[in-house]
Amino acid sequence: MDAFLDTNLGHLALTVAQTLALLVPVLIAVAYLTWAERKVLALMQMRKGPNMVGPFGMLQPFADAIKMLMKETIVPAGASRYLFLSAPMLTFLLAMIAWAVIPVNDGWAIADINVGILYLFAVSSLGVYGIIIAGWASNSKYAFLGALRSAAQMVSYEVSIGFVIVTVLLCVGSLNLTDIVRAQENLWFAIPLFPMFVIFFISALAETNRAPFDLPEGESELVAGFFVEYSSMSFALFFLGEYANMILMSALTTILFLGGWYPPLDIAPFNWLPGPAWFALKVAAILFCFIWVRATFPRYRYDQLMRLGWKIFLPFTLFWLVLTAFTLKLTGWLPA
Amino acid sequence: MIALTFYVFAFILVACAVMVVTSRNPVHSVLALIACFFNASGLFLLAGAEFLAMILVIVYVGAVAVLFLFVVMMLDIDFVKMRAGVQRYAPIGAVVGGILFLELLLVLGTWQFSTDAQELRLAATPANITNTKAIGRILYTDYIYLFQISGLILLVAMIGAIVLTLRSSTNTRRQSVEAQLARLGAVESLDVPLRQGVRMDEVLRRQLPPPPPEAPKHSEHGGHH
Repeated sequence: MDAFLDTNLGHLALTVAQTLALLVPVLIAVAYLTWAERKVLALMQMRKGPNMVGPFGMLQPFADAIKMLMKETIVPAGASRYLFLSAPMLTFLLAMIAWAVIPVNDGWAIADINVGILYLFAVSSLGVYGIIIAGWASNSKYAFLGALRSAAQMVSYEVSIGFVIVTVLLCVGSLNLTDIVRAQENLWFAIPLFPMFVIFFISALAETNRAPFDLPEGESELVAGFFVEYSSMSFALFFLGEYANMILMSALTTILFLGGWYPPLDIAPFNWLPGPAWFALKVAAILFCFIWVRATFPRYRYDQLMRLGWKIFLPFTLFWLVLTAFTLKLTGWLPA
Repeated sequence: MIALTFYVFAFILVACAVMVVTSRNPVHSVLALIACFFNASGLFLLAGAEFLAMILVIVYVGAVAVLFLFVVMMLDIDFVKMRAGVQRYAPIGAVVGGILFLELLLVLGTWQFSTDAQELRLAATPANITNTKAIGRILYTDYIYLFQISGLILLVAMIGAIVLTLRSSTNTRRQSVEAQLARLGAVESLDVPLRQGVRMDEVLRRQLPPPPPEAPKHSEHGGHH
C-alpha cells in the first residue's frame, strides 16, 4: 500500500480521495444550510417553513436541485455567451478550491501550506469576479448595477478583513492555518481580540453579500441584482457558491478566533467529542448567527454601507492593530 | 516536470499578454490581464516564492484589476472613434516602442551576471526559514527607509487623487448619523411578549400624544372598506 502511495499515480489517487472526503460533506452541508436557513427563518417568523418533502421537509434541498437541473438554461440576447456561462462556474470553483487549505483537525488539511491564510484571502478576494463578470456579461441594467455595487462593497470590506487577519497573525507569528489554530490551544483569540472578532463577523457578512449587506442582489431595488438573468443550473451554481462561501467564511472565523478543532475547555465532558466535531459545531453556530442576522436587521442603504466600511471599520481596525502590536511588544509576548 | 510547468505558465502568460493589447473589447483585455497575473503568480510559486505569489494575486487581481474592470465597464467606449486615430498615431507609437526596445538591447548588451548569482538562484530563501520571514527580515531592517518612502509616495498619490476629485457642493443633503442617533424619542423600543406579538392599536395609543379634537381618527387611515 505504501509503495503504491509513493508513486505519482498513488499520490494523485490519494489527493482525489482526500478532496472527495472534504468536498462531499461540504456540498451536503451546503444543501442542508439552505434547508436550515428556511427552517430557522420560518421559526423566527412563526411560520412552519418547508415541511412537505420528506420528514420535516428534509428532502426539500434535493427536490430543489432536481427542479433546477430540469429547467432550461437561458442565455439572454446580447449577452456575452462564454463569459455569461463561465461566471457561475467561476463562483462555484472559487468557493470549492478555498477548502484545500482548511484544517478541520490537527494535520487534516489537504494542502498544509506556509501561506494558507494568504491563499484564503486571495481566493475570497477573487470571488468578486464571478459577480462582476455575471453582471457585465448579462447585458442587463439591473445585473450591471448589482455587479458594480458588489465590486465596491467587496473591495471595501476586504480592507478591514485584511487588518483583522494581520492582527491575528501578529499574535501567532505564522501564516499557516494549522499554526494559527495551535496558538489558541489555551485561549481562543475571540477573547483577547473580541472587537476584531465582531468586526470580522460583520465584514464576513458583507464579503459574502448576506443580509443586511445584500445590496448586490437587493430585490426591492434591483430585482435580483447580478444574477437576475440566470436560470436553471447556472443559477444553482451561484446559489451553491454563495452558501459554500458562507460556510467557508464561518470556517475561517472558527480558525482565526474560535480555536478551530479545540474544545472550549480541555476537561471531561468537552474533550469526549473529537476535533472535527467541535470544528463543525463552531461553524454551525456561526452559520446560525448569519441566519439570525438576516431575520433581524433590515438592509443597509448603500451610502451607509460604505460609511460603515471606510469610516468606522477601517480606522478602528487600524487602531486596534497598532494597539495589539504595542501590547505584544511591551509585554514581550511577541512570537519569535 | 518543473521545466514543463514553467513553459506552460510562461506560454500562457505571453499569449494572454498579447491578448491584452490585441483584443477589441477592453473588458476582454482586462480579463486577459488578470489571466497574466495568475500565470505570473504561478511562476513565482515555481520559483519557491509563495509569499510573493499570493501577494500578487491579492493586490493585483483582488484589488487593482477589480478597479480596472470597474472603470472599463463604466466607460462608454466608442470603438469606431477609437480606431479612427490608428493611422495617425501608429508611427509615433512605433517610434516610442522602437526606442524602448533599443534601450532594452543596450542594457542587455552590458549585462553581467553577479559571481554568486548561480548560487543564490539555487536557494531563493535562506535555509530553515519561510520566505515570508526572509522577506520581512530584509524589508524591515536593511531597506526600512526605502519601504517607508514607498509608503509615503503612495500616501501622496492617494491625497492627490482625493484633492483632484473632491468637490464641496453646498446643495447636497448629507445624513448626520450621530445627530440621528442622538435624537430623543424618535424610536421607542417595546417589550413584545414571545409568540404573542403586540396589538397595533395598543402600541399606537401608548406612543401618540392625545389627538386634538378636530384631527381625524387614526384608525380611519388604514384598511379598505
